[in-house]
Amino acid sequence: MVEMTSIQGQTHTRQGSSIGQPLTRMDGVLKVTGAARYAADHHPAGMLYAVMAVSSIARGRVASLDVAAAMAHPGVVQVMTPGNAPKLAEDPDAKTNPFMFRMDLLQNDGVRYPNQPIAVVIADTLESATEGAALLAPAYVTEPARVGLDGNASFAPPAVGVGNPAEMHRGDVDAGLKGAALRMDATYETPAQYHNPMEPHAIVATWDGDTLSIDTPSQGLAMAQGRLAGLFGIAPEGIHIRSPFLGGGFGCKGLLSGPQVLGVMAARLVDRPVKLVLRREQMYGPVGHRAPTRQTVRLGAASDGALTAVSHHAKTASSTFDDFFEPAADTAHTVYASPAIATSHEAVRLDTGTPLFMRAPGEATGSIAMESAIDEMAHACGMDPLAFRLKNYSDVEPISGKPFSSKALRECYAQGAARFGWATRPLAPRQMRDEAGLLVGWGMGTATFPALMFQGHARAVLRSDGTGVMETGAHDMGQGAWTALAQIAADGLGLEQDQVEFRAGSSDLPDAGIAGGSAHTATAGMAIHGAGADVIAKLADLAMDDQRSPLFGAGNTGVIARSGRLHRRDDEGRSESYGDILARAGLTEIEGRGASASDPAAQSAYAMHAHGAVFAEVKVDPEFGQIRVTRLVGAFAAGKIINPRMVQSQYYGGMIWGVSFALHEEALTDRRSGRIMNQNLAEYHVPVNADIPSVEAILVEEHDPHVNALGIKGVGEIGITGTAGAIANAVWHATGIRVREFPITLDRLMG
Amino acid sequence: MNNFEYLRPTTIPEAVAAASVPGAAYLAAGTNLVDLMKGGVVRPSRLVDVGRLPGLTDIEHLPDGGLRIGALIRNAELAHDEGFARRFPSVAEALLSGASGQLRNAATVGGNLLQRTRCAYFYDTASACNKRDPGAGCDAVGGETRTHAVLGWSPSCIATHPSDFCVPLVAMDAVVEVEGSNGRRDVTLEDFHRLPGTSPEQESVLEPGELIVAVRLPPSAAEFASHARYLKVRDRTSYAFAVVSAAAALRMEGGRIAEARIALGGVALKPWRARAAEAVLVGALPDPALFRGAAGVALVDAKPSGDNEFKIELARRIVTRALILAAAGTPSRMPALPASPFAAPDGASQHG
Repeated sequence: MVEMTSIQGQTHTRQGSSIGQPLTRMDGVLKVTGAARYAADHHPAGMLYAVMAVSSIARGRVASLDVAAAMAHPGVVQVMTPGNAPKLAEDPDAKTNPFMFRMDLLQNDGVRYPNQPIAVVIADTLESATEGAALLAPAYVTEPARVGLDGNASFAPPAVGVGNPAEMHRGDVDAGLKGAALRMDATYETPAQYHNPMEPHAIVATWDGDTLSIDTPSQGLAMAQGRLAGLFGIAPEGIHIRSPFLGGGFGCKGLLSGPQVLGVMAARLVDRPVKLVLRREQMYGPVGHRAPTRQTVRLGAASDGALTAVSHHAKTASSTFDDFFEPAADTAHTVYASPAIATSHEAVRLDTGTPLFMRAPGEATGSIAMESAIDEMAHACGMDPLAFRLKNYSDVEPISGKPFSSKALRECYAQGAARFGWATRPLAPRQMRDEAGLLVGWGMGTATFPALMFQGHARAVLRSDGTGVMETGAHDMGQGAWTALAQIAADGLGLEQDQVEFRAGSSDLPDAGIAGGSAHTATAGMAIHGAGADVIAKLADLAMDDQRSPLFGAGNTGVIARSGRLHRRDDEGRSESYGDILARAGLTEIEGRGASASDPAAQSAYAMHAHGAVFAEVKVDPEFGQIRVTRLVGAFAAGKIINPRMVQSQYYGGMIWGVSFALHEEALTDRRSGRIMNQNLAEYHVPVNADIPSVEAILVEEHDPHVNALGIKGVGEIGITGTAGAIANAVWHATGIRVREFPITLDRLMG
Repeated sequence: MNNFEYLRPTTIPEAVAAASVPGAAYLAAGTNLVDLMKGGVVRPSRLVDVGRLPGLTDIEHLPDGGLRIGALIRNAELAHDEGFARRFPSVAEALLSGASGQLRNAATVGGNLLQRTRCAYFYDTASACNKRDPGAGCDAVGGETRTHAVLGWSPSCIATHPSDFCVPLVAMDAVVEVEGSNGRRDVTLEDFHRLPGTSPEQESVLEPGELIVAVRLPPSAAEFASHARYLKVRDRTSYAFAVVSAAAALRMEGGRIAEARIALGGVALKPWRARAAEAVLVGALPDPALFRGAAGVALVDAKPSGDNEFKIELARRIVTRALILAAAGTPSRMPALPASPFAAPDGASQHG
């Protein structure tokens, strides 16, 4: 049996390795020149434009639509309503797996949230379809909207997140609190937040008999294919989805959304290719959002600052018709050491779209509350916030007692604090001013996100011309998958980067799993790694079994693949090119396959998380309360870094979202109608360049032998955790005012 | 599609005639109107594109020392005009604090005056709004009202006028030149916008078809150049409408305030001139306590229209600070963050 060792970890093969190099984006030129074609850039011959009409009420039913007026409008081809919508093979309200969420696909006249699709107008121009939708002039039977966390009866959800227990505990929290020298009990509120990627959901769908061709942005091609197959009763293989580029995903394109399916239905109805693109305001309902939370954190500490109890209770909301419960309290499981930990959730059902995944679902909401509470407790103990966190540093996962697969959080604290200059921070708040008299505050937060892995597949090909191909249906949401995964592919194939053709972003390639949970590089990367190893092993077999090869008989020592040649491990001077090996065997190419999945043994033995520490400086006008985050320093340890340039950008993006979370984002919901009043980018605030004067991300070295063979953890979501809390804590340190309702707005700091 | 007539007249009289019919609207850069049309908030049956009319793109220094700004001058062009910022620094600062670079490159002077409120209930066509649909009622009342008016509002409408540019303009006694079918007339900016009363759909004194052709700053406006500031507090550092803003300008003589100008933005359905507060300052030595007193006078009639009581005290503080900044003197260079509380001039302290 050939021994094929990973080329990673071989110090003598480091030269020429692609992994670890800060390559610029493979798709960068395409994007900056406009040559990258996003879904809505496609215009197949005969294509029509579809525009959704959406509900302006939160609850009730559509009593009438003036279909005749819309149909009479020049250019309108068809109006799709519950009366004529194509019948589906599967009830869109059916749930057969935990990743299946209910969709509104014009199967009835009910309305269960604002901006729910109630009709689709299909026309020969976008303008005609838009006007046709306006002419529908719906009349409703309206029922009172259930709005806000107090807007309905609460209950204990059966599970939170994706199948997490709603309640967990370890030790006796009541006893821990009772015996504590210091106790704190505070409630924090986070608002509903909505997805605003630059690219709204868009789909161009073409039917040919029972085969379906689609351009649409997707973070989960195979799942989207499966969902469509079920809804339309056709074979998944008959559905081809192309998604080479996403203009941002962040969770809202993880699962196929209702409006995307409506585009497919519209194409079936008119038997023509159809394009459907959501308007910005239509993003505020049917494509998932981050639910509001109200979190109560109770902490007990001994006089030396050691936590004696951590209790985290989160109230959140789901829709009236489906279940997704933001697992906000679960952050208490993984960060701070305590002999007693209890987490619990409760929920209400509101007349909103179903909340779903939004970058760090649960971790982001939970982190800002927990990091605020930890800061409050540190202050109560008279301790520096970093010293307090170090006092409660946990070398095992607090809730499970499992050792960490790796945890370089101490290094993150140390490097981040040093870079920031934390050591000179005064303990008391409202002590620092800048030369203009603005209040200055410093705060910090601990960042954490689980290191997950899903199942993925890849196919590798080596060709007799010395080039290689790597295929996997991976998704580049802007995070750099085209680049980082191609780097893993090059190393896996033992080829120079420019000799590898990397194919991704299409459903006819091997399933790369979902680009979510910060797990895509690990999932697709390990599949690629495996496919590379498989094809190299087959190639090595050809050579080592052939007396004419200089590698004949190397089976016992193995070979190393590098720069298009196989070398004897014990004598690197003896080598042969891939092309020569294939040519002698009479082959034009050779294929290998790889699959990835998390290792259940390692999972049961170790807790696996990425970690980080974020330090923030804010300035606050003492009279106006206006806030600016003037400095952010994050230090993160996330295992093996495939491409430090891409990873740094991921951290920047996450940290900037942390600013957004702490200071800006909030869906303003009318308390009577349930409609969201700021569903546009002028009034739904996210940070602008002027809000981000300085952001730094330090990549802390970490080697993890357990998460996967490449040692990859995820970097996509961790940046938002820690940061939002660090900013909240810095605002307190600047002003002495503890705001527990987010976002922190200037009116709360006017004093 | 939403069919409307699109006309591109070549003279002002042609434009006025074309726009005098019901349902007509003038289109310049369209930075506000096109958004409103896309959202179905307004549905003009005729667009009269004045964007290429001749004679409206000049910045003229008038013989009497005043300045005449053509209605089609772009916001950015005016703010960066050589000499303009030096003579009217608070106006330039206000212009540069508004919107985004892209919008300022497109938006015109005339359009800025006529931009519509940002009240969410005006934009949300499912809400009742007396501006959109006279007599329909106002769903903003009792709704999400953190940024709504605290001065001059009525139960019919609690919206605010969003312009930054208009705030120092109204402080500087700017005059709007309009041309209609009966020829040209002047309207002071202070009288140009209407308070809502019982007819908030009537936003200005323009008659049907009347076109803004220029905005004039009188010679007196330049006398404040060395002590004129605009200050804008907002929910993010840039690209946000004012929560509250203020323009303050002082004409100093021998260390005393010979004349003061104060106006507020984001507080009412028009740029709000605070004449009574100005009177408090005349003849006095600059002093923070005095300024605070004047700010109190400026807000004496203020009352919350909802969950926005904080805006009243915020406005007092902003007026006070704007006066302190004006008294300290106009900075020699435009701050990197114009009008921002974070735009501290080098070495200067804004806070005791």
